[in-house]
Amino acid sequence: MRRYQDKHNVQKQAYYTDRFNVQPSLPRFEVTEDSLFNATLLHVKGLVDVLEAYVEAGQLVVWVAPKANVSALKAFKTAGYENLSEMSAVDFIAQKGGFEVFYQLLSMEKHERARVKCFVPQGETLHSVTEVYKSANWSEREMYDMFGILLENHPYMKRLLMPDDWQGHPLLKTYPLQGDEAAQWYEIDTIFGKEYREVVGPENRDPARVDARNTVDFSRIGHEVESGAPYSATPTAQEYQEKGGIAVVSKITKEKAKTLKERP
Amino acid sequence: MENQSPNRLRPFFENIAFEREDNRMVINMGPQHPSAHGQLRLILELDGEMITKAVPCVGYMHRGMEKMAENMIYNEFLPTTDRMDYVAASSTNYGFALAVEKLLDIQAPRRAEVIRTMLLELNRLTSHLLWLATHALDVGAMTIFLYAFREREYILDLIEDYCGARLTHSAVRIGGVPLDLPEGWTAKLAAFCEKFPSDIDDYEGLLTKNRIWKMRLEGVGVVTPEQAKSWGCTGVILRGSGVEWDIRKEEPYALYEELDFDVPVAKEGDSYARYLVYMEEMRQSTRMLKQLIRLYQESEPGIMAHAPRYLSAPKEQIMTQNYALMQHFVLVTQGMRPPKGEVYVATESPKGELGFYINSQGDPYPYRLKVRAPSFFHCAFYQEWMVGLYLADVVTILGNSNIILGEIDR
Repeated sequence: MRRYQDKHNVQKQAYYTDRFNVQPSLPRFEVTEDSLFNATLLHVKGLVDVLEAYVEAGQLVVWVAPKANVSALKAFKTAGYENLSEMSAVDFIAQKGGFEVFYQLLSMEKHERARVKCFVPQGETLHSVTEVYKSANWSEREMYDMFGILLENHPYMKRLLMPDDWQGHPLLKTYPLQGDEAAQWYEIDTIFGKEYREVVGPENRDPARVDARNTVDFSRIGHEVESGAPYSATPTAQEYQEKGGIAVVSKITKEKAKTLKERP
Repeated sequence: MENQSPNRLRPFFENIAFEREDNRMVINMGPQHPSAHGQLRLILELDGEMITKAVPCVGYMHRGMEKMAENMIYNEFLPTTDRMDYVAASSTNYGFALAVEKLLDIQAPRRAEVIRTMLLELNRLTSHLLWLATHALDVGAMTIFLYAFREREYILDLIEDYCGARLTHSAVRIGGVPLDLPEGWTAKLAAFCEKFPSDIDDYEGLLTKNRIWKMRLEGVGVVTPEQAKSWGCTGVILRGSGVEWDIRKEEPYALYEELDFDVPVAKEGDSYARYLVYMEEMRQSTRMLKQLIRLYQESEPGIMAHAPRYLSAPKEQIMTQNYALMQHFVLVTQGMRPPKGEVYVATESPKGELGFYINSQGDPYPYRLKVRAPSFFHCAFYQEWMVGLYLADVVTILGNSNIILGEIDR
């Protein structure tokens, strides 16, 4: 039977699986009374509904509803987390039908790092957090660029890294690594127009490719023809002499050659 | 403005009208501009010579590294990290390696940590020297460029002696380092550390009290601590505005806990304050390198961690023992499978906080890898930072903020 392949995930897959392998997980710890994060979590719980909270790899992880992202970050900010280090999304469309968006926070006074996470179903928008942390400005633009998650109330909701007229969102699992059709023809379409696709031809991604039939860009030793002339399989004569001219090379023999003893 | 719908003759120009009634002028600086140190396009709206609006546009060097990471095994991705911050490649290597080590819960052996810390500090010096050289050149001091590049060459030669590469080192591996230091390397490093402080004095002699340098830098681009925190500024920009936060000190990794060094902080928040912080950081790095030579001599040999589930055995074991060879074969062809989970690990790169977020689903490929590049946030800050400055100060800010476009675009 042919192996099932998930069409929603065109990323590289591990070709070898061991069905007896039980993959371990990073341990997750409850936030207990004597935990480092207890005070922060209590403060945040008083202000927003926390769906789940645990400590993973030494950092607090707090799950909230996507509608509550701004209020959750405000709660963290009042708890002393003055810095939004990073934020982005993780594509879980195939598994759960949406994205996990994370906000990585840092408290310099408490020496704590925390991560606020929320699940955003595909097609739904999220509220921008630029009013709380300005560093979210570009991060949210990048997230929209890469995943297509639209942000409400963002001051400048545009693509950041990809061109403005790009089609598709590259970090989706459904987006092929080589780019989709629009991506492959992007330069041709924008510079010359769609009708030039056939004239220019597909992009050559193999830098070592040699096309013997193409006599404009390549020449083949022993089969040289004029540039653009049709390719000939018969070997060309190798003559070290001008056509009908004075023989240059053939008259030289070893005996006649003058050997210099010293440099002149 | 309403007429400007994009078409073939009038293409889409970032929604900015070129002719306006309020006598403002729009200047398109870049993407090819020598002071941008890469492909950065700045759309500046000017009132006279005063900037009223700045829109940085990036993405000209976007290579999709995060996408590439999702299609590579962890070890395969490591050389790609060289190409992010290509001025200090080892620090990016190290940031990634440390994040994966945290995910795997392994600890590199002591000698590997010493070599890594040496590389990190040497990279900090190369990065700071390149920053000083190009920044001074932009602002109008030619001599310093040649001096700084002379010393940078010594460091690059040292790194080349160690790993064979000058720019893209890949000198850090997940779980350790690939090689021990070559014979006589520490002596060369010690000689450099002896000489370098006097070179820093030379730079300071040329610049610190230089009237032109002070006029171009003092009071230019003041960053308040609130701005720096809100915009996610890290590194020297944060410390230059009076916030004492250095990850090497506050959340020590590698050997920084054992090293004796100070974190320079300046209160003023202007470009000149940041310049002073940079100079002092170079002195501190030299100080750390001197201590590291001693730590290296005291350390036991052994440069890769022992974790047979994730890391290959040493070469001699692979060549002599069957099981080590099998393990190596599996790790090279399939890649290691770290535990499920997510980590975010931050290190203090020369530019600021360099973080790697890795979401692992237990596959040999990271499910999601996000790079928190410090320059990304510094570049985003331009839109607020540059407003109110003069056009000539833009060059100061571009040089002074020490951005690397390879890191921003990834």
